[in-house]
Amino acid sequence: MKKTHPPSPPRLFLRFFRWFCHPQLKSYIEGDLIELYDERLKKCGKRKADIKFIKDVILLFRPGIIKPITPYRPLNNYAMFKSYFKIGWRNILKNKGYSVINIGGLAAGMTVALLIALWVNDELSYNKNFENYDRIAQVMQHQTVNGEKGTQNSIPLPLGNELQKSYSNDFSYVVLSSWTGDHVLSTPDISISKSGNFMDIDAPKLFSLKMIDGTYNCLSDPKSILLSQSAASALFGEKDPMGQIVKIDNSTEVKVTGIFEDFPRNSDLHEITFIAPWQLNLLMNPWVERSREEWDNNAFQLYVQIAEHADMNSLSAKIKNTKYDHLSEGEKVFKAEIFLHPMKDWHLRSNWYNGNQTGGLIEYVWLFGLVAFFVLLLACINFMNLSTARSEQRAKEVGIRKSIGSLKAQLVSQFLSESLLIVTISFILTIFFASVLLPWFNELAVKRIVLPLNNASFWIVCLSFIAITGIVSGSYPAFYLSSFQPIKVLKGAFKTGRSASLPRRVLVVVQFTVSVTLIIGTVVVYRQIEHTKNRPLGFDTHNVVMMEIITPEFVGKYNALRNELKKIDAIEEMAESSSPLNQIYSNSDRFNWEGKDPELQGEFGTIFISDDYGKTVSWKIREGRDFSQQFADSSSVILNQAALKFMNVEDPIGKTIQWGINNPESYTIIGVVEDMLLESPYYATRPSLYFHNTDRENWILFKLNQNQSISKSLEDLEHIFKKHFPAVPFNYEFADQQHEQKFAAEKRIGILSGIFAAFAIFISSIGLLGLTSFVAEQRTKEIGIRKVMGASVISIWKMLSKDFIILVTVSCLIAMPIANYLTSKWLINYGYRTDISWWIFVASGVGALAITIATVSIQAIKAAIANPINSLRSE
Amino acid sequence: MKKYQLGEFEEVVMLTVGILYNEAYGVSIKKEIEERLSRKVSVGALQTALKRLEDKGYLKSHEGEATQERAGRPKRYFVITALGKRALEHIRSTREKLWGAIPKIALNPGKFDTAF
Repeated sequence: MKKTHPPSPPRLFLRFFRWFCHPQLKSYIEGDLIELYDERLKKCGKRKADIKFIKDVILLFRPGIIKPITPYRPLNNYAMFKSYFKIGWRNILKNKGYSVINIGGLAAGMTVALLIALWVNDELSYNKNFENYDRIAQVMQHQTVNGEKGTQNSIPLPLGNELQKSYSNDFSYVVLSSWTGDHVLSTPDISISKSGNFMDIDAPKLFSLKMIDGTYNCLSDPKSILLSQSAASALFGEKDPMGQIVKIDNSTEVKVTGIFEDFPRNSDLHEITFIAPWQLNLLMNPWVERSREEWDNNAFQLYVQIAEHADMNSLSAKIKNTKYDHLSEGEKVFKAEIFLHPMKDWHLRSNWYNGNQTGGLIEYVWLFGLVAFFVLLLACINFMNLSTARSEQRAKEVGIRKSIGSLKAQLVSQFLSESLLIVTISFILTIFFASVLLPWFNELAVKRIVLPLNNASFWIVCLSFIAITGIVSGSYPAFYLSSFQPIKVLKGAFKTGRSASLPRRVLVVVQFTVSVTLIIGTVVVYRQIEHTKNRPLGFDTHNVVMMEIITPEFVGKYNALRNELKKIDAIEEMAESSSPLNQIYSNSDRFNWEGKDPELQGEFGTIFISDDYGKTVSWKIREGRDFSQQFADSSSVILNQAALKFMNVEDPIGKTIQWGINNPESYTIIGVVEDMLLESPYYATRPSLYFHNTDRENWILFKLNQNQSISKSLEDLEHIFKKHFPAVPFNYEFADQQHEQKFAAEKRIGILSGIFAAFAIFISSIGLLGLTSFVAEQRTKEIGIRKVMGASVISIWKMLSKDFIILVTVSCLIAMPIANYLTSKWLINYGYRTDISWWIFVASGVGALAITIATVSIQAIKAAIANPINSLRSE
Repeated sequence: MKKYQLGEFEEVVMLTVGILYNEAYGVSIKKEIEERLSRKVSVGALQTALKRLEDKGYLKSHEGEATQERAGRPKRYFVITALGKRALEHIRSTREKLWGAIPKIALNPGKFDTAF
């Protein structure tokens, strides 16, 4: 028989009521509600009854009716927490070995994480000091050469005016700038060399300089200079620098019209210690004046601040063809594209490949951040592993607590508070370690980071860090331990079986996968450095000293200087060059030769040298001859091997090269020299041409006398130098040190990844040590019986170690493809790179295994040689 | 002295429970109050007050019969406890004392005004 149901109150609200209502009151109140509902239904219809019902339910949702979160209200929270910490503390003291492993491992992991976090924070804070950070950009360009798009921040001079004229609404300021370079600043009392730029009048506004003295208009007079605080105090000491006269490069006198606070170290402009007006650059350097209308001379920098309403990306697209439209037909082949590189990307995203941004430092920020995370994870894994492994010991405690009436939630909070206790202790150690290691870390990373101990947000981050680490590492043990069934545990039937140790195995595999990956990474980085260091230089940097010519006083003094230095045997040889030995300053693409492929585009490095250059740097002539005073070499040229290959000419000696488009000058090839590694050791040598021309010299090179000490030679050198140029500071660089500096970044990565790998393997092995000792302890009786029955030490050692060795082998197998992928990706950045050979993987794997065996054996052998009587009689 | 704490609404509820005597349960109390005092009473407010009064020990409850119109849910009947009775009496006597202490003139000012 079918029964017709009377209309019922809204289901959803009825269920909501049942969900929140206190169980003791539920059925009575529900009865009342239904009774009222039925009555209203009869009186005023379903709709009104429904609405009134809903209103009643909502008004019932109030304290007193809502059920409490826990079935009963705990009254002694404070006492319980006190007890948790007391028990936790006793546990730490009881198991000293485990505690040391836990706390030490966590502290090590957290120290690494903290240092890296500080480093990452420093990198991310770059340039943020500028007020108009969001709206400042550098104007850059892409050019396509031989089908490959290259990107550079050097732009032609007229571009500045053009942007200002045609897009005046879009830019607030347009500031032309020279390259940051060393200049001699002198007062009657002192003369020093300082690095600085020539910049347009609006520079102080664009970079929102913090003026200590003077105004933002201080560059309006072409004969003025704006000094940083450090430069001002170096020049004038205590004296008031304002209005004083300074001579730039011993040629032009300017007046100090402003003092600005030095750029902070975490800014890409921090090397600038003075700013001179752009007008002065035009006055002092005729070639700059000549570039005013040269759209094809990329030799300047251009900074802009975009207007409030302008959008960086669309503006960048808008100005794309500004340069292209002004070029002659012949120059248009390079398809120059102008674009804006916003300030927020200057430091971290400044690598380009084929016109696309491909990251830069940001990759290292990510990489190190990831490594920090993993190292910390390894330490957390130790904690989880040891806690769950020791669960059997604490199972009884859990059982008793549960029988007395502990709730699962309370046990969870007990174990979480225990892990928080351990993390807090580790954190205190971490702060200590970090403050000890920071000076060393700063030196390594070339930073000046301090622990921001009185910064509130630092502590907020640290506290949340403690909370997260405590909860992450404590959660698994907490939920695992608190889920034990009291009856089973207290009966003694509790056994941690295969399923319980599976997560532990997985975690060990994770640990060793990370460690082995890091080891392989480190080996590859070191191999790459060694590989490039062993790359033949093509010349000899030993005992070679370089000196930059920064004032005009050198002109015409070269021969006198050389004769005198040779006379007193301070040097073996000296020479002049337009480029130092670690860079090529100038290049050109306007060369022609017989049989040149008309499609071939490409730049040659152009180096102008005096005739003793070859002897000074001991270069190796392969064909033909060196420059010599015996010949008139002003229209001779020497190629390097790369240039010869690029030009693809047979029998080059005696052939000619034309330089220039309209009135080409002709040069005869007189020799071919072995490639000199003047630029980055990671890329192919650039095709270069050496010209015999001493009009454009920027550097003097000295080959010091090998037969006397370097310090003696330098002393002589300084003596003679001061005699000839009393007003010029005596600054020099060693060529081999400059060369070495090219490896600095890679060396840093090598050292850092070495340290991370060491930490990772250390943390993993102490975790393993803890696990083995636990296993050995757990199986004491079994081992005793086995020994009584005749098992040998070796077989017991094997029994205990086998499991772990299998796990580590598995990790190696997982780590190898991962490491292979990551290192190949890193190496692809380098044109000249080492190959990843199989032995690296084998060696790393064997190394990891060896460490594992050593670690495991310490405990395994201890357990195996123990006297069985001791383990068996204690029943 | 704060010997017996009783709010205004709580007092109304207790008196109503007294009026209904053995028939005092959620719906009947609600209706009685609404009828006598012509004010709206929500189930939520009433139930909270009842629970509070029971916690204070002024009321006690027992489970009643489950009826068809309540979809099988039992009623919960309330009666006043001895403590509750004392609380009510205390309030009543304090009120009366207060009433007695008011000078006649304060409540009927008009009458005496004319005399002067």
